[in-house]
Amino acid sequence: MNSIELFRLALKALWANKLRSFLTTLGIIIGVFSIIVLVSIGTGLQSYITREISSFGPNLIYVLPGNIGQGGPLGGTFSYRITLQDSKNIQQRLISTADVAPVIEGSSTVRYKNKENKSAYAFGTTSNYPKVVLNTKLEKGIFFTLGQEKSGAKVAVIGDSMYEKLFDRKDAIGKRIFIGNSVYTVVGVLKKQGAIFGVDRDNIAYIPVLAAKVQFGQDNVSEILISAKNEALIPVIKNQIKQTLLKRLTEDDFSIQTAESTLSTVKNITNMLSFALGGISAISLLVGGIGVANIMLVSVTERTKEIGLRKALGAKRNDILKQFLLEAIMISVLGGIIGIVLGIVVSFIIAIILVSSVTPWSVFLAFGFSILVGIVFGMAPAIRASKLSPIDALRYE
Amino acid sequence: MKTKDEIIKMVNITKIYDSTEVETVALRDIDLVVQKGDFIAITGRSGSGKSTLMHIIGLLDSPTSGKYILNGTDVSKLKEDELAYQRNKKIGFVFQQFNLLPRATAVENVVLPAIYAGVNTNERTQRAIDLLTQLGLQEQLYKRPNKMSGGQQQRVAIARALMNDPELILTDEPTGNLDTKSGESVMNILKELNKKGKTVVLITHEKDIAAMAQKILHLEDGRLIKKQ
Repeated sequence: MNSIELFRLALKALWANKLRSFLTTLGIIIGVFSIIVLVSIGTGLQSYITREISSFGPNLIYVLPGNIGQGGPLGGTFSYRITLQDSKNIQQRLISTADVAPVIEGSSTVRYKNKENKSAYAFGTTSNYPKVVLNTKLEKGIFFTLGQEKSGAKVAVIGDSMYEKLFDRKDAIGKRIFIGNSVYTVVGVLKKQGAIFGVDRDNIAYIPVLAAKVQFGQDNVSEILISAKNEALIPVIKNQIKQTLLKRLTEDDFSIQTAESTLSTVKNITNMLSFALGGISAISLLVGGIGVANIMLVSVTERTKEIGLRKALGAKRNDILKQFLLEAIMISVLGGIIGIVLGIVVSFIIAIILVSSVTPWSVFLAFGFSILVGIVFGMAPAIRASKLSPIDALRYE
Repeated sequence: MKTKDEIIKMVNITKIYDSTEVETVALRDIDLVVQKGDFIAITGRSGSGKSTLMHIIGLLDSPTSGKYILNGTDVSKLKEDELAYQRNKKIGFVFQQFNLLPRATAVENVVLPAIYAGVNTNERTQRAIDLLTQLGLQEQLYKRPNKMSGGQQQRVAIARALMNDPELILTDEPTGNLDTKSGESVMNILKELNKKGKTVVLITHEKDIAAMAQKILHLEDGRLIKKQ
């Protein structure tokens, strides 16, 4: 029996029980569909976060308080011993190779006239901040100047959502706002940056670092941002930062992270997420496969007499085996193809609303896995069919 | 010289069904020789072992002991797939229940043995159409079994049995499910085939059907008794 005949035969048998074949196929469709969609969401999330982190600048190095360790924030030690002085020391050390901007951070209520913005943050930093964090772009006005930084002037550059909340996107430059109980003059408005990890990066007022020191009554920095002038210098700079900080602090007081190391952490997490989601959906594909095995067993029993007849007429064991195996594989492959098409379509729809990105590996994996499911779960019923003795099968009623 | 013309030669064929509690001897020491071109009827009451004998002759079942030479080949020791090959090429079956595939047309049913013989599509379809036409079924070529009368279905089954041009036609109560007229027509076809040189082995419990054969063998309690 050649393959075209086998193919036609299998198709005919499936067509004869349309509803049953469809329902069995549905099990595979759902499995393949969920693998593709869930992995797409995982991958989409990864590329979204990667893009966001990269937008800060590829040469960015962060000095953070406490020892975060390699595994992320869990299990690290906390410390608030990094101060403005450390930032100054780093700046002196890296004077020709990097730009350095410390951040003194505090949450504060920000008011303009009768409008109040309670969940706002104030970042005390230096005037070179936009040079260090590349996605800090001005919409209106200016970032505060070096002079204002040195004198600790009460001036503020506000983020996009703060601009919207307090000023309804109307004229803001030169207006006076309250940060806590102090009055600041708005000198600039930043372009929208969006949220990352659920933190709104547009509800922030940037003020001169000395003003923040007065405002919050302390000079512990929450981060020092360092932008290397050349990517090749990053390892050297990291080392120099470490040496500088160790003069005054211990290893447990700070962590040095680069955009690259942050990205690899994020990639690890999102990869794990993708695999976990893919694994869960693989289980549903497995359940679909059991459905295939089940229906093939029913089909073999139903067609016992047909099998006997075919054997009496000269069908060899292999002919029968192939016939039933091909039916199982066709269910799986058909389910696989429909699942892939649906999965890709839905992933694109999700991509419009949220994030998702179809990855070739998940498509191949899902398809390969569905064929495998067909073979594995079709094999036992097919073997059973092929082993029927022609006389017993013919007698079967 | 004689052996050359023997299509079936059975020596001491015994079949014992061995269930855990009872041992049933279905066939005892059967010695049977059928010459090429013979038309033989094997009769017997139900339970006499005639179906078992037919299954063994047709290579659907294997004897417990004894030797069976089909057309010069000792088939007692053949493996399953080799038996399938012999069934496919050497034997045409006509069953009482017709045993047609319900979802297939007359032509699709008839081509089945040729599919397993590896004959190409055009050739086998043409042969199926020719055979069905010869048997007066030119109007039924693309009908399914449930749209045909019993007589028509049995003629489709005969066409199928002839598909690979086997030397031996093996038939088990071919008229059992047919009215008298259709039964006669089927018997006439078998006689006609025998005239053209096919060996026919007919198994039946009806005396008047058996009477149409050249030779009648009678089975009683698994033993063969020659009559006439």
